[in-house]
This record gives sequence, C-alpha cells and structure tokens, in this order.
Amino acid sequence: MQATTWRSTIKAGLLTGVIALYVALTGMVLSLSKRPVVDKLSLGHVVYMLVFVVMGYLTARRSSWRTTRPALVPVQGLVVGGIGAALLALLPVFGQQVDLSWIFVTTKPNLYKFLLFNQESMAVGVAYLVLTGAALGGIAALLPILPEVLHQGLLYGAGFTLLLGVLSDLAQRTVLKVVLKPLFAYKGLKPSGALILFVVLSVLFGLRHWWLQRQRERSTMEVILGERPAWARGVQQGLLLGFLLILPVWLLNKDAYLNSVVNLVNLYIIMGLGLNIVVGFAGLLDLGYVAFFAIGAYTVALMTSTGDLGHGYTFWQALPLAVILALVAGVVLGIPVLRMRGDYLAIVTLGFGEIIRILANSDWLKPFMGGALGVLDIPKPALGNLVLKEEYQLYYLILAGIFITWFIATRLYHSRVGRAWQALREDEDVAEAMGIHLVTTKLLAFGFGAAFSGLSGAIFAAKVGSVYPHTFNLIISINVLSLIIVGGIGSLPGVVVGALALVGLPELLREFSEYRMLFYGIALITMMLVKPEGFWPKKLNVYSRPQDDTGPATP
Amino acid sequence: MAPILVARHVTKRFGGLVAVNDLDFEIEEHAIASVIGPNGAGKTTFFNCITGFYVPEEGTITFEGKEIQGLRPDKITSMGIARTYQNIRLFAKMSAIENVMVGMHPRLSLHWWDAVVHTPAFVRQERRVLRRAWELLDYIGLADWANHQANSLPYGAQRRLEIARALASEPKLLLLDEPTAGMNPQETAEMIEFIRKLRDDWDLTILLIEHDMKVVMTISEKITVLDFGTKIAEGKPEDIQRNPRVIEAYLGRGAASGLPTAQAADSAA
Repeated sequence: MQATTWRSTIKAGLLTGVIALYVALTGMVLSLSKRPVVDKLSLGHVVYMLVFVVMGYLTARRSSWRTTRPALVPVQGLVVGGIGAALLALLPVFGQQVDLSWIFVTTKPNLYKFLLFNQESMAVGVAYLVLTGAALGGIAALLPILPEVLHQGLLYGAGFTLLLGVLSDLAQRTVLKVVLKPLFAYKGLKPSGALILFVVLSVLFGLRHWWLQRQRERSTMEVILGERPAWARGVQQGLLLGFLLILPVWLLNKDAYLNSVVNLVNLYIIMGLGLNIVVGFAGLLDLGYVAFFAIGAYTVALMTSTGDLGHGYTFWQALPLAVILALVAGVVLGIPVLRMRGDYLAIVTLGFGEIIRILANSDWLKPFMGGALGVLDIPKPALGNLVLKEEYQLYYLILAGIFITWFIATRLYHSRVGRAWQALREDEDVAEAMGIHLVTTKLLAFGFGAAFSGLSGAIFAAKVGSVYPHTFNLIISINVLSLIIVGGIGSLPGVVVGALALVGLPELLREFSEYRMLFYGIALITMMLVKPEGFWPKKLNVYSRPQDDTGPATP
Repeated sequence: MAPILVARHVTKRFGGLVAVNDLDFEIEEHAIASVIGPNGAGKTTFFNCITGFYVPEEGTITFEGKEIQGLRPDKITSMGIARTYQNIRLFAKMSAIENVMVGMHPRLSLHWWDAVVHTPAFVRQERRVLRRAWELLDYIGLADWANHQANSLPYGAQRRLEIARALASEPKLLLLDEPTAGMNPQETAEMIEFIRKLRDDWDLTILLIEHDMKVVMTISEKITVLDFGTKIAEGKPEDIQRNPRVIEAYLGRGAASGLPTAQAADSAA
C-alpha cells in the first residue's frame, strides 16, 4: 500500500519532468518571458512553474493518503515537484555540454540561463530550480488537505491574481483603474500588490464558497434548491444588462483592438449557443459546424458586396436569408446522418464542413463565389442613415444576436422539445420508446444549431468586410466545441465562460497565438482531469410544486 | 372480455437464430399476465417486437384491433403501450421529475414556436405537465426525490420511477420487464402489491416478464412459457406448475419424471 503510493508519486514526478521539458522545448517559456506577471516573475516562469503546481495539486487530490495520512500528502507534492524540476534541470546541464539545437531549435544558451534564474554558477542555478519545483509542488499539494473553504479560496485567489497580473495592461488601463493602479508596476503586478490582491481575492472566493456550501446544505433539507427570490434575480439581470450596454461607451470605443476581441468572443458565443443545442442538449457530436457559419457569411457577402460578385442587397435583406439557408443546410445535413451515433456522426459532419469549404474554394464555383480570392467589399450594416462601421457599434448588433439566441435556447430548453433533446442525449433507444419522434427531434436540433451559426457568420462577414474560404477551416469547429466543453456541456453561461477563456484570452496574449493549439490541448486535458463538468456546469432544473392556479407554474 | 393485444404467428430471427418462433399470444383487457422461460427463451425479444424496437419477420401483432408490427416505437407508445426495462434505463442525468415529464411527451401537442413565444396554450400545457408530474411522483411516493438526479436515487426508487415514467404516457398496456429483479423479499412483496394496485388504479392491462417464480405464481392470471422462442405452455398458474414440459424446460430432463438431479437442484436455485 505504502510502496505503491510512493511508486505512483515518483511516476507522477517523472511525468511532471517530461511535461516541463516539453513546455521548455516548445519555446513557449522563452517567448512568454517578455511579459512580466509579478515584478521579475514573467509569464514564461509562470508557465513551467504551473506544471509543478498543477501536478503537485493533482497528485494530492488523487492521493489515497488524503484522508488516512494527510501529513504525508505535502511530502508527495514535494517529491513530485522536486523530481519534475530535477528532470527539467537536466536540460541546461546537458545542453551546455552537447549542442542540441540541431534537433530542438529552441535549445539556446539564453533558454538555459533563463531556466537557471540567470545564475552564474550552474550548481546554484540547478539548486534554485529544484528547490522551487519542490516548494511549488509541496505548497500545491497542501491545498486539497486544507478545509474546503480555504482550499477553494486560495485556489481561485491565486488563479485570479495571476490572471490579473498577466492582463496587467488591460486591468490598469480599464477595469478598476483607480482602485487597482497602486497595485501595478509599469508592467505586471508589484510584489506587494500581488500579495494584497491574493489575500483579498482568496478571502472573497473563500467566503463565496462558504456561502454556496451553506446554501446547498440548507436546500437539501428543504428541497428548495437555491432558488433566489425573483427580485434578486431581477436586480442581478438588470445590472448585467446595464454593464453590457454601457461597456462600449465606457471602455471599448477607446480601444479598437480590445473591442474587436470582444466582438470576436461574442460571435463565438452565438456559435457556441448554437452548437450547445446540438452537442450539449441533444448529445449529437457535430464537427462540421463551421459549414453553417460559412454559409451565413457567404450569403451576406454575395448578396451585399459592392464588388463584382455582389448583388447589392442590404445587410438586413441578406440576414434573414443567411439564417434560413444555414438552417436548411443544417436540416439537409441532418437527414443522412439520422441513423448515426457518436463517432460515426462526428466523422460525417466533419466531412460536410470540409465539403463546404472546398466548394467555396473551387474553380467550379469561382465565377459565383470568388474561389480562393474570396468576396471583398462587403458594406457595413446600416440603420437608416447610421452606418455601423465602428467596432463598438457592431458590438450592439452582435449583443442583440446573443440576446436573441440565448432567449430562444432557454425557451426551447424548458419545453417539450428541450426535454426530448435531453432524453435523446441520455438514451436514444429509450427516448424513442417514450414516444419521442427521433427524426423531428434531431432535425430541430441540427436546424437551430445551424441557424445560430449562420447568424454569427452573417454578422462576421459584415464586420470583417471580406470573406475567404480558408477562414472557414476545421479549427473554428474545434474552437467552438472546445469552448463548450471547457465552459460546461449544456450550460449557457458556460458558453460565455468558455469563449472568454479559449477565444478571448489567447487573443489578448498575442505571444500565445503560436501555442494556441497547445493551450487548447492543455486546457481540455486539465479540465477533464480536474473539473470534467466544466467551469460553469449546467445546474439541474428545479421544479417546484404548482401553487394552484395563482401564478405561472413553469419554472 | 376482449383481448387487447393479439399476436399471431410472430417469428423473429437473428441470422440463423430463431429468437421467437411462430408465437401465438393474447392478453385480455385488464388482466395481469406473465411471460416466463429460461434465459434466452425470447421473452425480451418478444417485448421488443411489441414495442416496435424489432420488426418481426412473420406474423401480426394487433393492439386494440389495429396492426402494429413494423410501426415506429414512438408511434406504438402514443397508441398506448409503455414499458420498463430489465436493467433500469432512466435518463440518468435528468432529475426524477424531468424523467416523468419526458414520459408525457406523446400526450403533448405543442411545437417549438409555442415554446419560444410562450403562447397561452403553451403556458397552460406546461402547467398541466408540471402538475401531472408531481401527481405521478406523489403516487409512487417519490415526491421528495423530485429534483434529484435520476441515477442518484436508491435502486428500488429507480424501478418505481421507471414505472412512473411509463405511466406518464397514459398507456393502456404496460409491459414490465423483470420489475422485481435485484429486490429483497420484502421489496418484492411490496412490488407485487404495487403492480396490482397499478392495474386497478389506472385501469391497465399488465404484461410481465419475470424470473422470480413466487412473483409469477402470485400475481399472474395467465402464464405463457417460452423455451427457445417457442411457446411450450400457457394457462393458469396452478396448471403451469404441474405441466411436465415446463418443469423439463426449467429443471432439465429427468426432473419431469420425478428424479431430481444435482443439475436440477442447481438450476432450481
């Protein structure tokens, strides 16, 4: 028992080392080292140190000693971090003897120097590295054996402090300029600022967790699961709406880049809400989702463009047609795959996505769709005389799209169709035996998903002003699917969180773009290991007993 | 009373295997009948033929005078046949009450646009759905579990929830596939009472597949015995108990002639 636990600890340590080496060899560590997070600690440091932290934390969470011998758990973390760091230290030690750069282009002396904390003596550098690794692993391993409130508080506190440090320019320029300014240096947080933020955030998140826990305990006794009073929800929604409406005036119109990132995130949210119906509600794995985005975009492009290929309609005339065409395409794709499930479905839909892109790119359709050169000169939408040409004006258009899709998705979810989708996701055979017509139910899901995607694509075309076939590649489908998974499958707020984390963050951290796919992979794997239900998991609906006929009984 | 379900010459093959062979079967309205037989006798296959999950190669199945073989499962459910499963198949990640609400699906008529617009008819219907779901949960005594995820319910509760989900579709004929599987004697006794009560309260016809001989003999008004897909006996419980072919099928050759063997004792246990 004891021996096996130690053995698995050492294995975890070796794995940590391999991951850390991998991160270092991709060149990520160096290229991110130019962005300071806290004082001299750069994002490059943070990235490889996070490997020790995460692995130490995971080891502790899965440790069989968590309940029986808690005192040994941090030691496990220490060992994991230490071994990992020692393996990483092998890189500079060997690298300075043997030239590895003909295999790994990133193995340059400045990487070694960076890993050894710029120490002159190698021995001191290696010692620093190993001690840091061990310390980080040990500290991270402490978390799971602490009381839940402390555990969650510190975890989120540390996470958000780092996030604020990374996004320091954004945080300083905008969000709570006055309050936060003293905490930041020119770039990154001041050490004292980091400490203050960490403490404050930890306390806040700890309190939040404590409150939620209490709520949950209470609710199981009373079977009224955390229903907030209507006025509280009203106030909350009002505040959120107000925030969303003044966001451009307050902030975005001063920063075109940030604004375009926000708009992109919002377009992804619309797509995510659509795919969430297909994948999250109905459980149909669709990998060709970009096809409908492309159809929406090309419809608007071809109808409105003022160039040779265009037909001179207005955006508002093209928009409904774009949505309808996407919807029809969704249904048409749905028909041949009605009998397919799971991986078969995924492969066929993936093929469909590629077909649309290749058709758009083909010489055959070039006279109508422009081939690889795409469609240019797409005018911006206009409201009467007001042309929505600025990003912050388009923001409102996209926001309206989110509201509409969100509204429809919620309404559908709480209806006969929504319940049929969920039943379909849980068990297709039983769903059919419960009287659910599989054909209509599936086609409705495909149709709505595609229509939302088409809407997003239509606005995208107008926003960007030109469309090219190569924009609509598989990566977009994968992005949307990933953001749904990271946010929490089936959860609408999860789509927002997922889009912010997987689309917004990498756009704001330009250095990251090279490692974007790596980042996705890491995010997905970590998510599956630590929080498989997603950042903002779907909650079970709560149905209370109808009180006679006085009020609406629907939830 | 007239038979509610009539099967004539039903044959279902899987490749070379004849799972159900030329089966004639009928069940009277308001009766409780059982289909029994050793493992692999074709009982569940026969259920699947009735519910439309399988299409029999030959023969006809008539429900309330209408032929139903070859119809889609959802169609058959809307006509008034509902079932439960041998190994519980609830919608695991939905709550108990949502499972019941899904069961009502064939009795609801409004479309997605009603849901989006919240037409008065939709609001009325949803209110009815909710009230009815609570009633059903009250009836099976699971109201306290209404908002819990279905797979978090205790085993016995899951069995009852499956029955409630089936009842929600307002069936006339209820098929129960081994409703007492995995239950202790006391739970089994309760289930027997519950099945009787079900029949009387909801004016149902109930057809069971059951392995537990005690249950079958206590509850059934008619028993049909299958062996290798063929009907080998049919009749009242006391006749079946004495039928030499049934004893042979269950206990092996030799048992029928009153010479218990070691093998017979095993399979009897």
